Amino acid sequence: MELERFSYDNKIVRNFAFATLLWGIVGMVVGLLIALQLFTPELNFSIPFLTFGRIRPLHTNAVIFAFVGNAIFMGVYYSLPRLLKTEMCSKLLSNIHFWGWQLIIVSAAITLPLGITTSKEYAELEWPIDIAITLVWVVFGINMIGTIIKRRESHIYVAIWFYIATWVTVAVLHIVNSFEIPVTFLKSYSLYAGVQDALVQWWYGHNAVAFFLTTPYLGLMYYYLPKAANRPVYSYRLSILHFWTLIFLYIWAGPHHLLYSALPDWAQSLGTVFSVMLIAPSWGGMVNGLLTLRGAWDRVRQDPVLKFMVVAITAYGMATFEGPTLSLKNVNAIAHFTDWVIAHVHVGALGWNGFLTFGILYWLVPKLWKTDLYSKKMANVHFWIGFLGIVFYALPMWFSGITQALMWKQFNEFGTLQYPNFLETVLQIVPMYIIRAFGGTLYVIGFILMMYNLIKTMKKGSFVSEEVSEAPALHNFKDQFRKGNRHRWLEGKPIYFTIASLFVILIGGIVEFVPTFLIKSNIPTIASVKPYTPLELQGRDIYIREACNSCHSQLVRPFRSETERYGEYSKAGEYVYDHPFLWGSKRTGPDLHRIGGKYPNSWHYLHMENPRSMSPGSLMPPYPWLLENDLNTSTTAAKISALRKIGVPYPEGYEQVANAELVKQADQIALDLQKNGIPAEPQKEIIALIAYLQRLGTDIKSNNKLSGR
Amino acid sequence: MIKEILQSIKGVEIYPIISLIIFFLFFIVIGIWLLRMDKNQIIKMKRIPLNNHNNNNLTPGEIHEKNN
Repeated sequence: MELERFSYDNKIVRNFAFATLLWGIVGMVVGLLIALQLFTPELNFSIPFLTFGRIRPLHTNAVIFAFVGNAIFMGVYYSLPRLLKTEMCSKLLSNIHFWGWQLIIVSAAITLPLGITTSKEYAELEWPIDIAITLVWVVFGINMIGTIIKRRESHIYVAIWFYIATWVTVAVLHIVNSFEIPVTFLKSYSLYAGVQDALVQWWYGHNAVAFFLTTPYLGLMYYYLPKAANRPVYSYRLSILHFWTLIFLYIWAGPHHLLYSALPDWAQSLGTVFSVMLIAPSWGGMVNGLLTLRGAWDRVRQDPVLKFMVVAITAYGMATFEGPTLSLKNVNAIAHFTDWVIAHVHVGALGWNGFLTFGILYWLVPKLWKTDLYSKKMANVHFWIGFLGIVFYALPMWFSGITQALMWKQFNEFGTLQYPNFLETVLQIVPMYIIRAFGGTLYVIGFILMMYNLIKTMKKGSFVSEEVSEAPALHNFKDQFRKGNRHRWLEGKPIYFTIASLFVILIGGIVEFVPTFLIKSNIPTIASVKPYTPLELQGRDIYIREACNSCHSQLVRPFRSETERYGEYSKAGEYVYDHPFLWGSKRTGPDLHRIGGKYPNSWHYLHMENPRSMSPGSLMPPYPWLLENDLNTSTTAAKISALRKIGVPYPEGYEQVANAELVKQADQIALDLQKNGIPAEPQKEIIALIAYLQRLGTDIKSNNKLSGR
Repeated sequence: MIKEILQSIKGVEIYPIISLIIFFLFFIVIGIWLLRMDKNQIIKMKRIPLNNHNNNNLTPGEIHEKNN
């Protein structure tokens, strides 16, 4: 058979590798900074752009989409053409993909510290960036499927199915979760409200973990582990079984992020059932990975690449056991809103994603530069330092999560809360925060060692930008299609395969969404729940800008310990005008859903100026700029009109008088503050924020002073 | 309250059961596929990543290892 010559483009792989290293260190250093801020709030240097609420999303986005994202593309652009024995479909598309993705990352790094955010976790970027992500993602898809179509290998290897499933699912998730109505160039409101917004967001959030942090990495595992160990994967049948069951089951599990919330019970139960079932396919992947090394364990002792990969796969196994455990309602009642969840995600992120990326980099860089690793010893040191880093990260977070949850729930013999002051439960876990920051430091040091080692390796070798190879052309794969081998047929047709994956992931989403969206038309809205006033709306947007929801939930769960502490538990009908929902996922500070009317306006004013003046020892950073900045009221009319379009019942023409109403309410609050000896001016941002906080959760109170509005 | 709303949706209790049945059928179908697969094909497939048509991308250390 005639051999065709072609070459692999290593430049694009190198570029993505550089981007992985660069954004990796950026994301991790920001992570370290916010870890330090949690026990030293002064480390925001009184600069809004460096305050926890704004840079916590910078950390998560940088690590997930910049570090892991670039690592995925690096891994795909190296393995995909080699598995298919062809060059990438289009070098131009590869480059558009690379530069487009970096541009998105840079725009995220600029907008997030500026407080430009949708507030939806891992989907904080505003609508113009959302559109850019969609376009770049489509470019990636065309390039990948185009490459599969012009391949010289009849069979599509299992790693590539994971890549395809990743692509198709992330596309669906991103689009569905990003439906929003633009108000200005950099401000939008989610199309969904309250409970529905929460359901869509956590269907997205959970599956972003599944299809951005898990399936592409399983694909990478199926290529790089056999390569590094120089032996084929343990069971190919198992890989097929766990692929289809994994993508089928994952999509159902999102509601486990909303247990005990105002989400309908049956949807919560569905989330739990499917989460528990997920252990099987997840462990199928782990077992397949570990057993691939059977008979090669002696090499694991010597080869740092394999060491990193073994720990990565083990961390995957641990995290995918912990996940279903956390989705059981009784465990979730303790773990939710605490540091336990932080421990859980970091076992996945530092262990599974981080260590697999490191293993691949240590394997790949010497290949691309055609030399041996500069220092194996240094890589081994990195391994141990990184491993200790994970231990020192996860252990204190588990400990702190459980400690705090138990303190929240502790009653004394008189039947009242043992620790009624929330702050007491925070101060208890400060030592754990310090140890966690130490663990994070170790991990970052390991990363820096790796960067040095890899740069030295690159300097030692010479980069091979085009790698020439040859393979026979693929004439007709129909002759290989035999009866009883339908999966092979499916694999032969990348488009059908993509559609089949899409179909499989859509089933779960549809079953979850349809009834929840039907409820909307049936739900008896609570009569006293009214849309926000213009001032409260502006205040709510400041709440979103400062990402208060990074540390404060707005969801009182139906437990006695919570109703004692915060007040009446939260009802679905209370959120019908919340575009977006602001339930939060972590209580670094107390819940705020019933904060309205709890303290006088002056308390909020002084507390925002310096939290420690009102709660000595508080870990909340001060927000002095809210007292100085004038509220931007030029957007009020546009905001009212946008919200009316998506179903908030503001009367026609209300946007014309909205600012007058806003001034009236602001004057009242300022007057009240002045009466209490605070020289507050009505046009400041703090007034709007106070208006919003005082409104929170008050609509359902019977003798509601504000209900006359 | 939520329960009443749910009861007003026709047949909502059947949702989780339908989900389980769908998954079970799906699982069985894939199982049958797998059992009917040709063993030689599988061996061929799983060796794809290891099929190096040239030694171009071996590092000096690997070439040394190979020659010994």
